[in-house]
Amino acid sequence: MNDGSILAFIAILPFLGALVPGIMIRAGRNACASFTAVPTVLALILLGTQVPAVMRGEVVSTTIEWLPQLGLSASFFLDGLGLLFAGMILGVGLLIILYARFYLSGDDPMGQFYTYLLLFQGAMLGIVLSDNILLLLIFWELTSLSSFLLIGYWKHLPEGRQGARMALTVTGAGGLAMIGGMLILGNIVGSYNLTDILAQGDVIKASEWYMPALILILIGAFTKSAQFPFHFWLPHAMAAPTPVSAYLHSATMVKAGVFLMARMWPVLAGTDAWFYIVATTGLITMVLGAVIALFKDDLKGLLAFSTVSHLGLLTMLLGFGTKAAAIAAVFHIINHLTFKAALFMTAGIVDHEAHTRDIKRLGGLAKLMPITAIIGTITALSMAGTIPLNGFISKEMMLEEAAHTVWYNNPWIVPVLATLGACFSVAYSFRFIFHVFGGPVRDDYPSTPHDPPFGLYAAPALLTVLVVAIGAMPFLAEPLVTVAANAVTGLDTHPHLKLWHGVTPALWMSVIAFAVGGVLLAVHGKLDAIWLRMPRPEAKAIFDAIMESCVALAKAFAGGTHNGVMSRYLALLVVAAVAVGAHAYFTGGISAPTREILPVPPLVWVGWLSLVVATWLVVSQHRNRFRSLVFISIIGLVISGGFVYLSAPDLALTQISVETVTIMLLLLALYFLPKDTPAESTNGKRLRDAVVAIAGGGAVAALAMAFLTRDVDSISAYHLANSYKGGGGTNVVNVILVDFRGYDTYGEIIVLGIAGLTIFALMDALLRGPAAKRLRDRAFSPDRSRDRHPLMMVVATRAMLPMAVMVGLYIFLRGHNQPGGGFVAGLVISIALLMQYMASGFAWAQLRQRIEYHSMIGWGVIIAGLTGAGAWLAGKPFLTSAYGYLHFPPIEEFEWATAMAFDLGVFLAVLGAVMLMLYSLSRIARFAGETINVTPMDHDPSEAPEDGADEQEQKEGQ
Amino acid sequence: MEMIVASAIGVLTAGGIYLILRLRAFPVILGMALLSYAVNVFLFATGRLAVNAPPILNKYADVSYSDPLPQALVLTAIVISFGMTAVLVMIALGAYLEADSDEINMTDEDDAQDTEGQGV
Repeated sequence: MNDGSILAFIAILPFLGALVPGIMIRAGRNACASFTAVPTVLALILLGTQVPAVMRGEVVSTTIEWLPQLGLSASFFLDGLGLLFAGMILGVGLLIILYARFYLSGDDPMGQFYTYLLLFQGAMLGIVLSDNILLLLIFWELTSLSSFLLIGYWKHLPEGRQGARMALTVTGAGGLAMIGGMLILGNIVGSYNLTDILAQGDVIKASEWYMPALILILIGAFTKSAQFPFHFWLPHAMAAPTPVSAYLHSATMVKAGVFLMARMWPVLAGTDAWFYIVATTGLITMVLGAVIALFKDDLKGLLAFSTVSHLGLLTMLLGFGTKAAAIAAVFHIINHLTFKAALFMTAGIVDHEAHTRDIKRLGGLAKLMPITAIIGTITALSMAGTIPLNGFISKEMMLEEAAHTVWYNNPWIVPVLATLGACFSVAYSFRFIFHVFGGPVRDDYPSTPHDPPFGLYAAPALLTVLVVAIGAMPFLAEPLVTVAANAVTGLDTHPHLKLWHGVTPALWMSVIAFAVGGVLLAVHGKLDAIWLRMPRPEAKAIFDAIMESCVALAKAFAGGTHNGVMSRYLALLVVAAVAVGAHAYFTGGISAPTREILPVPPLVWVGWLSLVVATWLVVSQHRNRFRSLVFISIIGLVISGGFVYLSAPDLALTQISVETVTIMLLLLALYFLPKDTPAESTNGKRLRDAVVAIAGGGAVAALAMAFLTRDVDSISAYHLANSYKGGGGTNVVNVILVDFRGYDTYGEIIVLGIAGLTIFALMDALLRGPAAKRLRDRAFSPDRSRDRHPLMMVVATRAMLPMAVMVGLYIFLRGHNQPGGGFVAGLVISIALLMQYMASGFAWAQLRQRIEYHSMIGWGVIIAGLTGAGAWLAGKPFLTSAYGYLHFPPIEEFEWATAMAFDLGVFLAVLGAVMLMLYSLSRIARFAGETINVTPMDHDPSEAPEDGADEQEQKEGQ
Repeated sequence: MEMIVASAIGVLTAGGIYLILRLRAFPVILGMALLSYAVNVFLFATGRLAVNAPPILNKYADVSYSDPLPQALVLTAIVISFGMTAVLVMIALGAYLEADSDEINMTDEDDAQDTEGQGV
């Protein structure tokens, strides 16, 4: 094995290239097409470098670990089958890029088209090169998604959208089934590596999970390859632009299913189940597709059903499970690609020139567009299986295999049906030739057709050359077919491809097919009339009905459970959580308590009692919103006290300052909300809620009690031991915040900042909506205080501001060694500032506020981030702190730590966020007609009392 | 002491749950506040209880300390829960001002309004 790392590069190239067309389209359509071709050509060249190795029978492979825990690795390998498909995907891809350049009109966004095309190309390449089935599944789903984009490319056409949706639904659902099948395979073998799985064919066939895996994988393959009864999506996908149809339905998308069956052939084929499921499905699809194709008037519809029929043929050959059939299948894959891609492009040219694809409106085009006619005729003849073209050889091989296949003890049924399929195949191929190109020239074409520019027919012409060349010199294709067939079967194959096999049963079957096919075309008019009268199941209607019932079912389910009653969801959530917990408690074991119970001093009883009473009051008095706010602040105070008692001074400081700002915030909000909650719940509902609440509370209390009385090993010992040595601080909580778990804290200040900005944005949006009008029309309660900014408070808060700031600074500076730090300091300073807002009024305080709160949040996060990044300069990980001691003679020894700068960031972010939140709420008040004060006091004692009052009244009257 | 803390957590949780099952936004906000208290104390208690053992290192004596890690986590949780309450309040306020009602349950009427104007 040689180094295959180049394979990963080949697989990734189209994805990288997909970024280019969107940019290059600005440079014009030619540039765009050329640059799209670059990754494809490059990948093709790189693939070419691997050809000699593969031809020698080597397998090129590479592995990049991705998620080894899941068995998922980015492994790629290239054997004969992979080479055949990769060559087809890239080669035809290149022709399609050229063809699409001339096909797409100026109105179509070409950049988008090429981007989708390359995405699809990359996904297909990934499928055929993957050596890991999980990776293969990812690419498999990617083809479904990218083909959805391609099929629905003409977004303005409803057929395009519906066709794309149908293709995605069918192939996507099949892909889901296949995931199941692949995982089963992986489980049987114990590896998700394709090469490992392929080596374990006997184990898999002997496993009792063989059948489920087989069925699930086949559902995936059949949906993708449009096998009966999933064939219906393919014709609807014809709403796509013709280059897409030519690409998806000749070389790639639908061949993915065939590829998968060929790939899995060594492990899955050869059993009765495989034969009866795969061969029978293929046979039915082949005959059915051929019959329907004959009666399609749309050129692309005809080709679509012919594709369905040929895919059926390939499936049937793989289903036979014999070496010779596998060789025939591989060879036919190549041949079908050459003639079908060319035929699709021909149909596109006809559509492009004559502005119609309706066969009944065409005819006589041979004289008007001779080059197109020659291309179309040769390739259609190959499709019919005419000697000496390539289609003939593989068809003979197919008939030969069918001729001696026994189906359920019956030697006739397969050959007869295969011949029947061949008859119709000949008929629709001839119809394509005679009804489009043959006959007299008409004068009622929607547009007078003539041969297109060279760019448009270059690609199909090249393919036509291949059709003839392979037909005349089949030995040219022999090496490729050999390595591919070897890869499929896992055995040594020696195909001898030749045009003339002598007079064999297969030749007679061909002769019959041509004779009957000719007759069928001759009587086509009458048959068509019968066909049109016959009741036929309309696949789209059935599909739509199924989809509709699924949607109705989903709606009924979602509507029934998701009915908008929030309180019910919450109740269910609580009940479910309690039930799960109770189950765990009663079924699992619990060890005996290990901790001694701490004694309870009397003061703690007082605190506990006030907490319980306050909670009861909040709950029972919640309808009086004002009062409940007072009670809830009692709870906060008791909890702060509890933190002090239980050795958590930092928490106590934080809790009490947060408590203050929370109550202020709620008070501000309550200003705009109704002051009372109406009684709406019935007694029954209240009782039910009480039961749910007590159950939930009891469960949490029991859980808390359970762990409180038991010991635990935690990682805290490490923090205690290293706080001073590593972080340079004696307050372990603060050192954890700014050092050990600084990354968490960094995230948290960002979250807090985002919350602040969210509130600001919400408020901004609110003031532009209908709420603004409602706010303006608000009537304020008449019994408001005349003296909104009382003298006492103004003077007191002003005097307190420097002190409060001093306290904040002190708390900040001591934080590393004593209780305090950035969080608490930020909160304390915000309270100091809030007091100014409350005492002296919003406008007065805002005028003196020089730094915007937004930028304060920003600076906080930046300072914290830069401090963390500073550690990189010292070659340490993000947020590693450094510290040392300074000694200024008059003052005592002073510690510095980089953690201090980080804490400064925390401080600024907290201050900015808290202030921004409250500022936002206050802005609503101003918007609602709150008068703006410019002086700190409403009632200035230095002025005459009456004047001030009058002035105030005037302002409010405005 | 353990019983006191556990029962306090239980009482706060029960009160919180009862309030979040109410039908108006304001009691739900109060309920969330009660639940925040309960959760914070609960998390704090996972470090187990200790009296007179603050996690401030003593350079001069070998003493025991309470578990600092839950304290550090709860400290940020307290601040974040303030942020969350603030966002909730703002959303509730916005909803009330826009809809002139602070009911939290959606009615069929709302559904009809929501689906109106949406393409099928």
